[in-house]
Amino acid sequence: MVSEWEREQEQPQLTMEQLVALNPYNPDILPDLEAYVQEQVATETYSFDSNLCLLRLYQFEPRNLNVNIVTKILVKALMAMPAPDFGLCMCLVPERLHMLHPFFTLATLSHYLETARFREFWDEAARNRDILEVIPGFESAIQSYGVHVLSLTYQKVPRAVLAEALNLEGLSLDKYLEFHAANSGWKLHKGHGGSQVVTLPSNEYNDPSQRKNAGDNISLDVVSKLFPVLA
Amino acid sequence: MAAGYERDGYGGYEDSYDERPDDAHPPDYVPDYVKSFVGYLYRSIREKNVYEVHQMYESSFSKLSERFFSKSHWPSAELVAPYVDNDHVFCLLYKEMYYRHVYAKLNVTFQERLESWDNYCNLFTVILHGNVNMQLPNQWLWDMVDEFIYQFQAFCQYRTKLKNKTEQELSWLKQYDEQVWNVYGVANFLQALIDKSEILQVLEEEKDGAVTAFSANDGYDYEGGSNVLKVLGYFSIIGLARVHCLLGDYHTALKRLAHIDLTQHGVYSSVIGCHITAAYYYGFSNMMMLRYIDAIKTFNQVLVYISKTRQYHQKSSQFEWILKKNEQMYALLAICLWFCPQWHLVESENARSDSQRNETVTHQLKEKRGEKLSKMHKNDEAAFDECFSYACPKFISPSLPDLSDTSGNYSQEAYRLQLKLFLSEVRQQQLLNKIRNYVKLYTTISIAKLASLVEVDEATLRMALMTYKHKTHYIDDDGSVASTADVEFYIDEDVVHIAEPKVTKRFSEIFVRHILKFDELVGDLERVALE
Repeated sequence: MVSEWEREQEQPQLTMEQLVALNPYNPDILPDLEAYVQEQVATETYSFDSNLCLLRLYQFEPRNLNVNIVTKILVKALMAMPAPDFGLCMCLVPERLHMLHPFFTLATLSHYLETARFREFWDEAARNRDILEVIPGFESAIQSYGVHVLSLTYQKVPRAVLAEALNLEGLSLDKYLEFHAANSGWKLHKGHGGSQVVTLPSNEYNDPSQRKNAGDNISLDVVSKLFPVLA
Repeated sequence: MAAGYERDGYGGYEDSYDERPDDAHPPDYVPDYVKSFVGYLYRSIREKNVYEVHQMYESSFSKLSERFFSKSHWPSAELVAPYVDNDHVFCLLYKEMYYRHVYAKLNVTFQERLESWDNYCNLFTVILHGNVNMQLPNQWLWDMVDEFIYQFQAFCQYRTKLKNKTEQELSWLKQYDEQVWNVYGVANFLQALIDKSEILQVLEEEKDGAVTAFSANDGYDYEGGSNVLKVLGYFSIIGLARVHCLLGDYHTALKRLAHIDLTQHGVYSSVIGCHITAAYYYGFSNMMMLRYIDAIKTFNQVLVYISKTRQYHQKSSQFEWILKKNEQMYALLAICLWFCPQWHLVESENARSDSQRNETVTHQLKEKRGEKLSKMHKNDEAAFDECFSYACPKFISPSLPDLSDTSGNYSQEAYRLQLKLFLSEVRQQQLLNKIRNYVKLYTTISIAKLASLVEVDEATLRMALMTYKHKTHYIDDDGSVASTADVEFYIDEDVVHIAEPKVTKRFSEIFVRHILKFDELVGDLERVALE
């Protein structure tokens, strides 16, 4: 394995993902992976596979585990919601850490997001700015997740529900709504009770009539069975 | 014991002996039946007679083990070497069987764990870097990968139980930590077998529709070459997926298995142990990643397969293992169906003729796990705990525990973590089945009314409905949303609209089946007319 590593050293054009793919079990790339976590934070990018590879190397040699880095990986994983990355990362984090700060807090935050308890999520997040606000893009990533779940669920969503998911109120919510009305096809109007309602763009999940009827398709597998008859 | 099997034209080896186990022999004594066994096996390997090798390996070895070595070691490789021209590679293969027998039947000493590791290193190194010109049965090659991982797993388990260790053992553990059964070593050997065999390129070609000689010949090489490296590389893909799953890394496990299409026949299905292992770890990893539909389909498919072929495996030494995995997968299927009640994906009770009705997966599932399922539906957490604990793989901690605290028992650590995360998933989805049951009864229902039926407040209900949507929709590898939802609905302000359950009758398949039947009938009729 060492020789492979040396060879790559001569080829600096390899991306971190390629490096991970070539060295899935090589402790020598640990410093690069840690640096890459910092880079993802700074540049607002994300690479689940390389972060997972780093957690694996920590799992193999727990004495190398860097709590600060793991925290950043976990916050980035929360930001990747609705992907299940956070839970998958926690499967590799030693259990003794699960009950300690900040891992316990992060697990609580994840639980709120998984069960769509946005009010509780934002309250808890506000109490833990020190670990979350150092990660640029945190708030907007969670808001995107909120919008994702709302779009799966609602055709018309009451303003109050939207406000809770996005953690926005008053003018800043108005601005957010205007922006999406102009760019993402949201429609704002008055609902039955007189309060504001937002119509979200329809998709096959909030509008079952759009669903393709799977029964209408015939797979090639089935048709190919007929070839001998047709021949 | 009769002379096992008749071999037309192969007169060489006979495994019925009258000799009885005898303790009176000196320690370097090699009984005649061992001499002739190794001699004949060696000759068959040299002659590339895969059929004979397979018989010797599969049948004779276990028969002899059962009869003469049920409580003792086979003679050491050094002792049998003179009867096989001192062939280095053969001795490595012999030792592979030798230690497997020790692990299966005897108490393994630290020394033996260490020696077996060394032997795998030497064997794999020869295969990777030497010029091995053998043709070995797929069964044996699979068993090598399987056993290699099993012994690794056993070592990790052994290492976590510090309580009864002697000073000597503790100091060995420390001394050999980075050399023996080290997780890097294990993973990198499997990875090296995959890389060096270039098997991924072969499988890539097949994805594009090509039929390669590899799959057409079940991995064997009839062009005078060797199948050993290729097939070992292939099985190592499944082996590594298993290792990742044992470590709790389900994402990487599935990434590994993505190279093999488990819905089609392949080399993996030529060995039942491999077939079941692949399906089990694929299904389990999917379950842990909330991809219940893939898990249900896989479990259903392999359970049907086992039920239809079990009679052929009754005499196999693996039969008990097959039954155990069968039971475990029923338990996992029950769990998946609690999360995602899409029973139509499971072989229905009407799928087979009346006499075989009881064999269908749905029937068996109700029979075996019906009680557990109803407990799960009552949100009895113990039922989930029991099902999961019974059916989950034996998770491992890959690192050396803290040796300074020998009072600790770390053997459950890895398992407890996975169980805990699983149960928290169950808790997150606990309310969803109740909602499913009510929602199914309506085409529209107000949030207020549904909330009172489910016995929660409106805000909680809205959150639960979003949770349902989140848990039943995942982002697929290509970035699109995929659904595992059994009930489709949307909310329009304060009213839930439920889509009519779609009856997806597979007309196409029914028609195709009848066209083929009709064609066959016409063919039969035409033949009659000609005579």
